[in-house]
Amino acid sequence: MEKFDVVIVGGGPAGTLTGWHAARAGASVLILEKRQEVGSPIRCGEGLDKRGIEKIGLTPSKKWIAHEVKGAHIIAPNGMKLKLTEGQAGNEVGYVVNRDVFDKEMAKLAIDAGAQLRVKTSVVELLRKDGKVNGVRTKFMGKIKDIEAGIVVGADGYESQIGRWAGIDTNLKPKDMFSCFQYHMVNIDIDPDYNDFYLGSCAPGGYAWMFVKGPDEANVGLGVQGTKLHKRGDVKRILDDFVKSVPGLAKGKAISHIAGAISACAPLDCVTADGILLIGDAARMIDPITGGGIINAGLAAKPAGEVAAEAVAVGDTSKEFLQKYEKGWRALIENKLWRNYMAKEKVTTFSDDTFNKIIEAIKDADMSQISSLELFKAVQAKYPELVKDFEDLLM
Amino acid sequence: MVMEVDYTVCMHCGACVGSCPLNAMFLHETRLEFLENCNSCGICEKVCPVGAITGSGRVEG
Repeated sequence: MEKFDVVIVGGGPAGTLTGWHAARAGASVLILEKRQEVGSPIRCGEGLDKRGIEKIGLTPSKKWIAHEVKGAHIIAPNGMKLKLTEGQAGNEVGYVVNRDVFDKEMAKLAIDAGAQLRVKTSVVELLRKDGKVNGVRTKFMGKIKDIEAGIVVGADGYESQIGRWAGIDTNLKPKDMFSCFQYHMVNIDIDPDYNDFYLGSCAPGGYAWMFVKGPDEANVGLGVQGTKLHKRGDVKRILDDFVKSVPGLAKGKAISHIAGAISACAPLDCVTADGILLIGDAARMIDPITGGGIINAGLAAKPAGEVAAEAVAVGDTSKEFLQKYEKGWRALIENKLWRNYMAKEKVTTFSDDTFNKIIEAIKDADMSQISSLELFKAVQAKYPELVKDFEDLLM
Repeated sequence: MVMEVDYTVCMHCGACVGSCPLNAMFLHETRLEFLENCNSCGICEKVCPVGAITGSGRVEG
């Protein structure tokens, strides 16, 4: 039977960046992608923050940057617009990327470091020995093939099947799942220097976004909280209504439809089991406020890849040994995940009126840097009752 | 009740699979399979961004 130190299920950024780190740490790595093409179809708004890219050790490349913006507009339900410059938003804006190209470049990084990658190869079952995961059963061109693994990495995205097969609880409550739909629109009238974010009932429980991809084109989409979905096909209908309601977008045309879902849950208690670890969307590492997943996956990829390689090298792939990965990723992102999850729990209950008040309060405040604390203080000064539940979270 | 997928609508995005509380769905590259433990709870029907899934009898069209 073919054998690799680390077998990674999923060829998105979580999988390929884990493969990159594992290969650099000396492991033999195989990445399996069930689609026939890495990076396609796109399931993403494609906004990436500049600082995050640096943090995960990547060099920005013209190959995958579609567009750069100077800042963001936050738009209240009553239309009031809050302009955030790059500096004010803590550089958490910046690039809009071409994910199909970005994902392929990440795959190339892993391959250049020595990893192997196979497309159109599904994992249909986990293999076990003495109850411990030790490989995967794959399907390629109609043929079943078993592959032995020192460690299996579940980087299979929102679907998160690998983890659930391994008995890791990644189940989501409807309040923690967001169903998303997006159009890549062209021929629209926009300010190409700013990404726009619309709050309130235009996207119940979530928000609507516009990530600019060029002078007259953008990804226009929204996410709706699971508990606020009632009828079949609600999300697409809500997006169609939103597009019609925004001057400048209504006349545009969609050149692509993009569907998907994201999690916005508290950090999981455990993302490892004997012989297996999870990363990225599969490990529910998405930021519960922004809905962004790439940077967190990229951060966790370093401890994931390095600990996986080390575990195989020392011959101990037990859940106990993999606590080293749990400690590693939690040190990097767990606090922020918790804080943003608590904030999301509150924000999803806000009415349009509350959003209007908050944007108004922030708009009037003089802020050089929009930190959570300064936002909080600005709102507290005007509407203390709105933020009283937040005090212990931020002070 | 048996869940059905309209493949002229489905975009195989996996929103349903990751939302299934019983892990009773599997997405082959572009084809959905409902496993025996599906109890037709209808969460997949609600979560599907485009409304490609029917059959629970619990979600309005």
